[in-house]
Formats: sequence, structure tokens, C-alpha cells
Amino acid sequence: MNDMSTLDKTVTNTTKISAKNVNVYYGESHAIKDVNVEIEDKTVTAFIGPSGCGKSTFLRCLNRMNDTIDVCRVSGEILLDGEDIYDKRVDPVQLRAKVGMVFQKPNPFPKSIYDNVAYGPRIHGLARNKAELDEIVEKSLRRGAIWDEVKDRLHAPGTGLSGGQQQRLCIARAVATEPEVLLMDEPCSALDPIATAQVEELIDELRASYSVVIVTHSMQQAARVSQKTAFFHLGNLVEFGNTGQIFTNPEDPRTESYITGRIG
Amino acid sequence: MPTFWLVILLCVIAAAGYVLGRQRALSSAGGDARALHSLPAYYGYNVGLSTLVPALGLLVVWLLAQPMLIENRVSGMIPAEAIPEGTTLGLVMSDVRRVAEGLDIAVAEGVLTSEQVRNMRSEFSDIRGRLGEVGVALGSDVRPEVFNAAQAYRSSSATGHTAMVIAVALVALVGLGLSYSKTNKDFRARNTVERAVMALLILAASLAILTTIGIVLSMLFETRNFFGLHSWTDFFFGGTWAPNFRGDSELSILPLLWGTLYISFIALLVAVPIGLFAAIYLSEYAGPAVRAFAKPLLEILAGIPTIVYGLFALLTVGPLLVRIFGQGENGVLGVEWMSGATSVLTAGVVMGIMLIPFVSSLSDDIINAVPQAMRDGSLGLGATKSETVRQVVLPAALPGIVGAILLAASRAIGETMIVVMGAGAIAKFSANPLESMTTITTRIVSQLTGDTDFASPETLVAFALGLTLFVLTLGLNVLALYIVRKYREQYD
Amino acid sequence: MTDISQTPSNMGGAAEQSKSGSLLTQNARTRKRNAAEMRFRGYGIAAIVVGLIMLVVLVTTIVGRGTGAFQQTFVTLEVELLESKLDKKGNRDLEDIKKVTTFGYAPIIKAAVQSKIEGLGIETSLKPKDMAGLLSKDAAAQLRAYVLENPDQIGQTVEFRFLAQSRVDGYLKGRVSRESIENDKNISGAQLDLVDALVAAGVVEKTFNIDFIIGADASDQRPEAAGIGVSMMGSLFMMLVVLALALPIGVAASIYLEEFAPKNWLTDIIEVNISNLAAVPSIVFGILGLAVFINYMHLPMSAPLVGGLVLTLMTLPTIIISTRAALKAVPPSIRDAALGVGASKMQAVFHHVLPLAAPGILTGTIIGLAQALGETAPLLLIGMVGFIASNAPETIADGLLAPNSAMPAQIYEWAKRADPAFYERAWGGIIILLVFLVTMNTVAVILRRRFERRW
Repeated sequence: MNDMSTLDKTVTNTTKISAKNVNVYYGESHAIKDVNVEIEDKTVTAFIGPSGCGKSTFLRCLNRMNDTIDVCRVSGEILLDGEDIYDKRVDPVQLRAKVGMVFQKPNPFPKSIYDNVAYGPRIHGLARNKAELDEIVEKSLRRGAIWDEVKDRLHAPGTGLSGGQQQRLCIARAVATEPEVLLMDEPCSALDPIATAQVEELIDELRASYSVVIVTHSMQQAARVSQKTAFFHLGNLVEFGNTGQIFTNPEDPRTESYITGRIG
Repeated sequence: MPTFWLVILLCVIAAAGYVLGRQRALSSAGGDARALHSLPAYYGYNVGLSTLVPALGLLVVWLLAQPMLIENRVSGMIPAEAIPEGTTLGLVMSDVRRVAEGLDIAVAEGVLTSEQVRNMRSEFSDIRGRLGEVGVALGSDVRPEVFNAAQAYRSSSATGHTAMVIAVALVALVGLGLSYSKTNKDFRARNTVERAVMALLILAASLAILTTIGIVLSMLFETRNFFGLHSWTDFFFGGTWAPNFRGDSELSILPLLWGTLYISFIALLVAVPIGLFAAIYLSEYAGPAVRAFAKPLLEILAGIPTIVYGLFALLTVGPLLVRIFGQGENGVLGVEWMSGATSVLTAGVVMGIMLIPFVSSLSDDIINAVPQAMRDGSLGLGATKSETVRQVVLPAALPGIVGAILLAASRAIGETMIVVMGAGAIAKFSANPLESMTTITTRIVSQLTGDTDFASPETLVAFALGLTLFVLTLGLNVLALYIVRKYREQYD
Repeated sequence: MTDISQTPSNMGGAAEQSKSGSLLTQNARTRKRNAAEMRFRGYGIAAIVVGLIMLVVLVTTIVGRGTGAFQQTFVTLEVELLESKLDKKGNRDLEDIKKVTTFGYAPIIKAAVQSKIEGLGIETSLKPKDMAGLLSKDAAAQLRAYVLENPDQIGQTVEFRFLAQSRVDGYLKGRVSRESIENDKNISGAQLDLVDALVAAGVVEKTFNIDFIIGADASDQRPEAAGIGVSMMGSLFMMLVVLALALPIGVAASIYLEEFAPKNWLTDIIEVNISNLAAVPSIVFGILGLAVFINYMHLPMSAPLVGGLVLTLMTLPTIIISTRAALKAVPPSIRDAALGVGASKMQAVFHHVLPLAAPGILTGTIIGLAQALGETAPLLLIGMVGFIASNAPETIADGLLAPNSAMPAQIYEWAKRADPAFYERAWGGIIILLVFLVTMNTVAVILRRRFERRW
């Protein structure tokens, strides 16, 4: 894998998550239809598609956030490192520690910046003492590319930050639990262009350590940050491949229509 | 003419005014409703309202003012030396009213003719006996001053009433005449009617303020009288509550306040954990089926009248607690800690049950107001639901929950029937929850029921207690509503 | 951009897996956390269960202890209405018959009891006076009232159903046992033996007692004769006053505050005031009623009119709050549409908004009324407790002004009395009160379901 080139964005990594014949139902409605996809490690995978196409729903299946919705039913198989995450023996709590998530709207807890980041390590028992916890918090905030901005006010409330800072804080919070996969549900949709650029840069850096899956509305963003792209339409996975190929030479006419702006 | 018939008469005149006004408007436009400024009905309403509203207003004002004026006039007739030792002018005046009422009843029942009454002299006739026949019992024989005052009272009342009937009818007719003469096709009837309706709406809305002012004034006034008869230092800082009729009562609020707060504390001890956990379960864990079943059932507890809880305390919970903590050898625990069914614990536990749905539905609202994004954020990090609730949802909802608990506390402090029936009547400072104690509301009830003498501090103290209670609960409510509102704004 | 190869952990899935273990087995910490989760959930379930158990206990207590009040023990006797005692002159003049007081009827009843027992051949050592003691103290009055209504029956022998006294009633209902009467002056073991024999003979029996529902309260000595009917009338008249005042005033106030009020400090004060009035303890309204309506305006003590006025003030905030919510739920587009065709603002509100909000207003009003119906504390202060209103009011003015009680006040009155036979009455009264409340609330819920609109 050392021969990987970041320029043409072709990647040859090991498979991290593999989904087979995944179907999702919300009560009566069939939200995801027979989706098969392989998500690779150390790669940014983008899910694109028009609103309501099921991309966010599918993303939430990957760490079983859909469990919190009563009417949602998932069938098929989603393997993380070869283990079915919908197996009865799997505890979603343990799963979510491995597969972290960042949401559309920044959602810092009404606590201090420090406590926001320390929340995950505390509940998962990752630090043996205060010093270790301090270290984790600092490391995470650095990874979230926000350390320099907040290091003097770690005990100020997290809700007092600007939107972009809040989102980077949420990313730092997600990173603090040392996940292996990071799911991001339209992380920049509530941010201004400058904050978006900062977060995108951050995503690119995170690729070094994690498998990142990002849902986005913006095709430019998908093109900028991802190596692999999946196009969803009406609950179907229409096309999946290297980002460069999808954007320059899509195989499916629906993909082409979407990319050129005819559907969406 | 009884007031009731006067009101009916006014309504009839107003209805006639409606018909007249409408007709006049139509005829002024030559029968073509399109030529009118407003719809024909508005001309009718205008005349009807102009007839009814000023007349009714005058009626109400008259009814309120007349007793006060007559009271002033008549009480001036009673010389200072006619007020016996140990009573006050107020007491003599209530005698006067009673005699006057008795005479009215006697006339109404035909025992006496009005002629006879007019010529009666208290020196010669047995007024007490005659009034006793018609069911008006008097405490003592009627003294001449009182009888004369009562006669004056009767005649002024009668004159006043006649004057009122005439004045009100006159105002109604003048209103009718004026508005009728103004009615023609260019008159802006709708605008006038709408202005009048608006005035009525504003009047209705100000009634809330009037009620509050009424509460505060009525209690302030009597409280002032109370502090004129009894030292305020004893009320606020004394340590004993011991009313008696020898005139040296000790009336301190502190032991009552202690009982009130102790019982409220136990009630909250029962209601807050149960209510809060129930709310958490219902909003965070329960499926829609459980929620639809358990929530309304719990809320039934809130709809049950307090008298039911009072009876439950007195006849079920109290005896049960006595079986557990009392009765010596025969009891469940074989101890003799509790002798009577009324106790702090009895009232506290039952009040706690009553407050469960209050705490749970308020907390439920507040917990639901915490944005789902908070929960997602926490769950997405791999927190369990309980960790999410304890470390994210509850801290976020804390101000709201504190507000809810304050509201529940204010409810508990002001609750009457449960403590009247379940807490007992002994005012004391004690930390033993198995003893019976008394509360502010219980004492208000006992000082103000039965024969009340508004000249004795033992009765008037109830108003001072009521005012304290009002201030206390109002303070808690204002604080709680402020906290809850601030909290809501945070997430709006 | 960082090169991937620089990161230290560039191993595949297997290596990662070894770091945090397989998903398929729970690690110790997760097990501990899940146990905490289960405990927390358990507390929640326990809280709900405790709440529901309280409800069940309350309801079963009420039903278990109150249903007895709807049944009463009666003694059926043939009474010879002796002309020599009841109408000495023999001219059936009602005025003369009225002169015979209830004491005059006692011997007739005594004789009837005695002859019945002898007729049945029951052996008893009791004196005739103690035999008649099985009957209620109300029996003579019952008989007198009958004779006054049917003077032509004098001289005949009439079959009559007398109330049994409360101990006998309690014995048949299992409330009174032979042990519990050891120190009871009102009844003896021998009398209970007689009761057993009379029950066997079908003379004493327990049947449905309509008088509890429609009758008047009775004095301390006669719990078996007490009924809740008259105080129910009192409650009814109070509710009429509340409805007649609180609904129009409440709706008018809400319309002003919701539709017309300018946003200024005055309306702010009114709003804060209303929400605080809703939480003022009910007893404070009682103090207000006593001070203003009775002490200042000299309205009669114990009158349902005064009770109604006090409850109106208490209910107003509830009605205003729910009416405003109902008005707020009507979308602004309705108002715009009416204004757009040239209606005045007042017309838009009265012609369009108010009718659409009516179901919500009605629901709120019914709930407010239900609240007022169950309220007791303020009624104690204006004297609607502690006396016996013996007759139902005959006219509306009477109903509003004559002293009366109200259902909850009557229940309180019974609960205070010394004789435990009244407790059964109190629980029974609660059943009736709750039937009213449940009906009102059900109507409110149905209204809401039926007419609820989602805009």
C-alpha cells in the first residue's frame, strides 16, 4: 500500500466495513434497497445523492444509530473487520466506541470544552488518571485542529464557540474515544465556507489514522475530500467507485445526470 | 323590585333597543341595507349595548358602594358609650345587620307587618323572641341603640334600593334614547360597537389583575387589623402557637411553618424521585405503547380531587402506618412510636403520591425539550442510554427540573385538604415524622370555620397566615416560572 | 496532506481488532456499564410501577369501601296506623295530624316490631324497646312523613320498609362484628341474634338504596339516613355559576390577550399575573371569598352563589390558559383570509377564529369545571360545611342563595364525624364525585379527539 498515490486518488486498502444486501425499512417505507458496499481503511468514502435518497440512513446503520428509532428495521449483513455488527452478541455501545460519528449540526454538550472531549474517554474508561485524561484531551483537540484556539479556555462552555469551532470540537470529541471508523453526516452543511475549508482540511488529515465515511450534499466537497464515492438514488446504491472515475466518467446515466445537475 | 328582576328588565329593554335600532337604520336607508354604513344588525347592537352596558355598570357599582355608605352612616349613629366593654364597633354593627335582616325576614314571612315593624320599640316588644320565631337567633336581647340603628339600616337600605332601581332604569332609557336618536344610515355603527366590545374584552382581561388586587388588599387590610391587636414580633419570631379565648393567645407562625415545610419536604422526597424516574423512563425508554398506556394512567392521579387524598390519608394510610409503627405488641414492628393516624408522615406520603404526576409531567416536558442532537451526540460516542441521560440530558434539563420541583414545592405548601385531614392539629417543633403536626393551611381553615369574630386576633391571624402563604407560594412560582422560561429560551 | 505510511498503526483489520477486542464478546467494562444501564432502567420501571400501584390501591380502596353506601339494610314491617294515636279527633284534618310529633309514632313502630317478631315465633329475651332499637332513629320521622302525605291510610295496616340502624347495617355488611360491639352502647349481642333470625325470615334485607344518591344529609345519630343528593344540587348550582361567569369572561379575556393586546408592560403584567394566579393555593381564594363576598358585600354565608363566585375566580386562569392555546392553534392564514376580503379584525376573530377554536375552548372549560367540582378547601371558609341542608332547593333563587353544601364538602363533613358508619358514606360520596369527574373528563377527551385539527 505504499505505492498508493494521493494525487489520482486511487486506493488499495484493506476492507474495513463490508455491507451485503442491506435493506432498511422505516415502518412501511423501504428506505434502503439491497445495498452492497465495501468501505476501505485509511480512506475517505463519500456518500452522495439527492435528499431523501437514503445516504444518511445507510450511514447511521454503520454504527447502529438507527437502533434509537423504534420503527426502523435493518436486514442483511454489515461486517466490521469481518464481524457482523447486527449480530445478537454485539453491544451497540461497544460498537459505537469503534465507529464514531459526527453530526450535521454541531452538537456540543452544555458542558465545558474539556468535559466535552473528556466525555468519551471517561465513559469508556480510557484514562487511568487525570494526567492521562489531560493528555487525551489535548491530543484530541490537536487532532481536531482546534487546540490553539481553545487551549486558554478549556473550561469555558463548549456552546460558546463559533459554529466551525463547535464542529471541530465535535470531531475532536469523536476522535477522543480512539475510534477506527469515523462517520460524518453532512458535517459542513451548517458551516460557512471558511469553517468548511478548515473542516475539510481536517478530514483529509484524519484519513491518515481512520477510515472516514462522509455524507455530503456538495459534489465539490466529495471530489475534494474523498477517494471513493458512492452515489445513492431512491434507496439504491447506483454506483460505487474511485472518486476520480465517478466524477469524470460515470457508468450509470443516473449518476451522470446527478453530477451534471439534471436530477437532485 | 329584586335585583334579579331588574337585570331581566334591563335585558328586555336592551332587546327592544336592538329591534328598534335595526328598524330605524333600515328605514333611514329606505329599506335598502346596502345604503347603510354597517350591517343592519350593528345598529341594533349599538342601541342594545348603549342601553345595557352603562345601566349594568351603574348597577354593579351601586351594589358595591351602597353597603359601605350605609354602614358609615349607621355606624355614626351608635354612640361610643353604647359599645360594651370587650367588643368593638364592628361587632355591634354585625348585631345591627342581623337584627335588620331578621326584621326583613319577619316581614317576608308575614309574622310582622311592615307597619308593625316601623312602630316597634325595643323597650316594649320582645324583639329577640319575635325574631326567634322566624329562625333568626340573636345572642342577647336587643338594646335600643342597636334596634334604632337597625331600623335606620333597614330604611336606608330600602331607600337606597329604590333609588338604585330608578337610577338604573333611567340610565338604561337614556342610553336607549341617545343611541336611537343617533341611528341613521351614515352612522358608523360597526366601529362604535367594536369599540364597545373591545372595552368589554379589556375589562374581562383586567379581571385577573382585579382578583390579585382583591386577594392582596383583602388580606393586607385584615392583616393590618391583626397587627393592631397582636404584636408582629410574636407572629414572626415567637415560638408558640396557642390560641385561646382569654385574650393572651400566643400566635406565632414559626411552628406552623415548620410543620408545613416538614410535610412538604417528605412529600417531595416521595414525589421527586418517583416522578423524575417515571418521566425519564417514559421519555427515554418507553415505547409508544407503554407511553400511551402509562402516561394517562399516571395523570389520573393528578385529576383526583384532594378531598379523596385527604380521606385516603385519614382512613387508609394513617391507620396502616399506625399498624406498622404503633400498637406496641400488636403492631407489625412491635413498637409504640405512633399513637394516632394523623402524622407528618401520613400527610407527607399521601401528598407525595398526589404530586407524582405533577413532577413527572412537568419533567417529561422539560426532558423532551432537550434537543435530540444532544442524545445523538452522546450515543454516537458509545455512551449507554443511562449515561446519556445522567451526564448529558439531565444536566442540560437541570434548570427546568429545578423549576418543576419548585412548582411542586409551592403546591405542597399550599395544599389544604390532605393536611387538614392527615396532619393533625398540634403546633410544635419536632423532628419526629410520626408525630402529628399542623400547618399554615390547616390553621387558616380552623381559625376561619365555625363562628368567626372579625374583631379577635384569633380569627384575624388567619389573614396574616394567608398573606404569608400567598407571598411564599407566589415567590416560589415566580422564581420557578422564571427559571423554566429561561430554560425554554435556551433551546428555542 | 499527510502521507498514510507515516502513521504508526498501518496494520490491517486484524491488528486493530487485537487492540480493542472482538465486537462479539463484551469486555468487562461494557458488562459493568450494561449492568448500570439495567439498574437505571429498573429504577424507571419501578417508579412507573409504584405510581400505577398507588393508583390501583387508591381506586380499589375507594370502590371496596364505598360501594357499601349504595346498599342499605331495611326492615319490612306491617304497621297498624292507629287512629286513636294519630288522629284522635278522627276528622283527618291535616293540621291536627301534624300536631302528633315523631314521638307519637314511636309506640306504633314499637308495636309493629313486637308483633312481627311474635308472629314469626322468634324467641328473644329482648325488651320491646330494644327490639325497636334495630330500626333507625329516622324510622318514626319516615312514618310520619308517609302519614302526612297519605292521611286516608290512617286506621289501615300498611306494609312499610324502615331503615335499619347503622350497626345492624354494618353487621350485614361485615363492618360490625360481635367482637367489635363489646363496648358499643348502640347494640348488643342479643340484638344481633335477633337480626340473624330476622334475616333468615326475610324481614331484614339489604337492597339498593336510592336515597343515598338523591337524599339529604342526616344528623350525627343517623348515618343510615344520610344521602348526598342535596349537596349534589349545591354543587350543580355552583357549577352553573362558574359556567355562566368563567366561560364568557375567560373567553373574552383570552381573545383580548391573544388577538388584540398590544405588546406592552401592562399586558405583560396581566400575563404573568394569570400564570401565577393559576398556581395560587385554593385556600387563598377561600380567604378572598370570605373577606370580599361575605364580609364586605354581605352575601349570605354557605350560599352556592358565593361558592360559585369563588370557584369562578379560581377556574378563570385555567380557562384563560387553555382558551389562549386553542386560539393560538388557529393558523394566522385564517385571519389573513378574513381580513383580505374586507372583514374588520373583530369580525375575523368572532366569525372565523373563535368558531374554529371552540372545541379547544370547550375542552378547557370542561376540565376547569371538573377541577372546580372537586375543590374543597375554599368552600370550608365560606361555610359550606358543618350543617345539614335537609331539603333540595325548589327555585333557582333558592338554589343559589339558600345555604347548602357541595359534594366534596359533604364528604369532608362525613369524614369528620365520629361514627365510622359515616366513613362508608364518605367513600360512597367519593365514588359519585369521581363518576362525575370521569364523565366530564371523558367528554373532554372525546371532544378533543373528535374535533382536533392538525393545521
